[in-house]
Amino acid sequence: MMTIAAARALRDGARCFVGIGRPSTAANLARRTHAPDLVLIYESGTIGAKPGTLPLSIGDGVLAETADTVVSVPEIFNYWLQPGRIDVGFLGAAQIDRYGNINTTVIGDDYRSPRVRLPGAGGAPEIAASCREVIVVVKQSPRAFVERVDFVTSVGYGSGPGDRARLGLTGRGPALVITDLGIMEPDPETAELTLTQVHPGVAPAQATAATGWPLAVAGTLSTTPEPTAAELAALRDLNRQAGP
Amino acid sequence: MGEITSLRDAIADLAFDGATVALEGFTHLIPVAAGQEIIRQGRRDLTLVRMTPDIVYDQMIGAGCARKLVFSWAGNPGVGSLHRFRDAVQNGWPVPLEIEEHSHAGMANRYVAGAAGLPFAVLRGYVGTDLVAQTPNIKPITCPFTGEVLTAVPALNPDVGIVHAQRADRAGNVQMWGITGVHKEVVLASKRSLVTVEEIVDHLDPRPGAVILPHWAITYVAEVPGGAHPSYAMGYSERDNDYYQAWDAISRDRDAFGDWLTSTVMREVRAILGDQA
Repeated sequence: MMTIAAARALRDGARCFVGIGRPSTAANLARRTHAPDLVLIYESGTIGAKPGTLPLSIGDGVLAETADTVVSVPEIFNYWLQPGRIDVGFLGAAQIDRYGNINTTVIGDDYRSPRVRLPGAGGAPEIAASCREVIVVVKQSPRAFVERVDFVTSVGYGSGPGDRARLGLTGRGPALVITDLGIMEPDPETAELTLTQVHPGVAPAQATAATGWPLAVAGTLSTTPEPTAAELAALRDLNRQAGP
Repeated sequence: MGEITSLRDAIADLAFDGATVALEGFTHLIPVAAGQEIIRQGRRDLTLVRMTPDIVYDQMIGAGCARKLVFSWAGNPGVGSLHRFRDAVQNGWPVPLEIEEHSHAGMANRYVAGAAGLPFAVLRGYVGTDLVAQTPNIKPITCPFTGEVLTAVPALNPDVGIVHAQRADRAGNVQMWGITGVHKEVVLASKRSLVTVEEIVDHLDPRPGAVILPHWAITYVAEVPGGAHPSYAMGYSERDNDYYQAWDAISRDRDAFGDWLTSTVMREVRAILGDQA
């Protein structure tokens, strides 16, 4: 449901900077269902990739072979991402906080002596800064949804309203946080992530229990429409091609 | 310049203990065989530079080659963590590993500045992140024209830059295509360089979109077919995804890694020593 909800969030024709894993699956699902003209951009420099099978990495040969153009890594960041040419940045997270700040660097208080060393930033800080908007896809648990992230790898809304403008970040920031339980959106006044939608069969209390801060719940809470047969078939097809 | 030699002789001449060494390749054309040759030759105290340390740097770190790592994303792409890297950072095994951490945009621009002969690069990046406090090589800079505050990162000029490519001709001109990442930048930014290639041919047929590095911009070229495995060389090989998956179990355990090291990379050392004895 998380992947399908993420795919639905991508409008046809959008230019989408895609990370590997669930974001890539969701973006490819969108391209095969409602958004055939979605432009997939991977940080390896492939612009307009149209993979027939799901890539395991951001630099698989199928991305280069099917792309409109392949550019260097400095070019993808400097010419395409930095000036705001990309509509949507798709990110994952190890931790995310109530203002949508993301940690993919270390778990623990001491950077020099971390409890868990994570892969690090990659392209995420600048994707979070410069894409017109950001969609975060992450499985919901109190360990992942924390009051304060241990390390700010990528900025969401900082410490609250106005922080992005103060920092000079050009993009709008996280517009949607899509989890396995529902969808959160930033409150227009407080910038705090607020539960606005639950997936079928999920009670709001499940979402609040899986969040490490007192999660605000919108007054009118919608329910994600059930997956359609076409979406399920396209997703099965993608996963089957990805192999066991 | 662009001298064609063996991988062994090139590494012996280029890589010295304490050197700053950059092996690049963004998922594609990763010079894995060259990294394993550095392990075989027993280099120590290296400052390893790479945007995306993956399997080959996990191997070099686990083998004790590195004192410091300069990077922007350290993981096994599509699989998970790098266990030798984590063991070095979290437990100092086999030797402590100092880290200098950036974002991809920052690292790419550091190579661009290095290739351009400039002392630093300017970008919109890092602002508001905790990387700024942990990495002294990230500084604010004010635009002299608009007054806008941007971010500066210093040029990277490694002692040795190493990449893999598809082809070279007999004069040592190199041709590569597909995802070429920061290949051109790292070769031009480095004091000395090595390009390993799938094959050396009489004539480089023109290809649309190919990147050419002229022989006079490269120190050494070595023919190493399959030298990017388990990554790939478009037109020559496919990415060996099973190897990436299998590396997770091998690298998770110090003993399993040690067995792997002696039975694969170091076996050739014993064979070479045996020949000489």
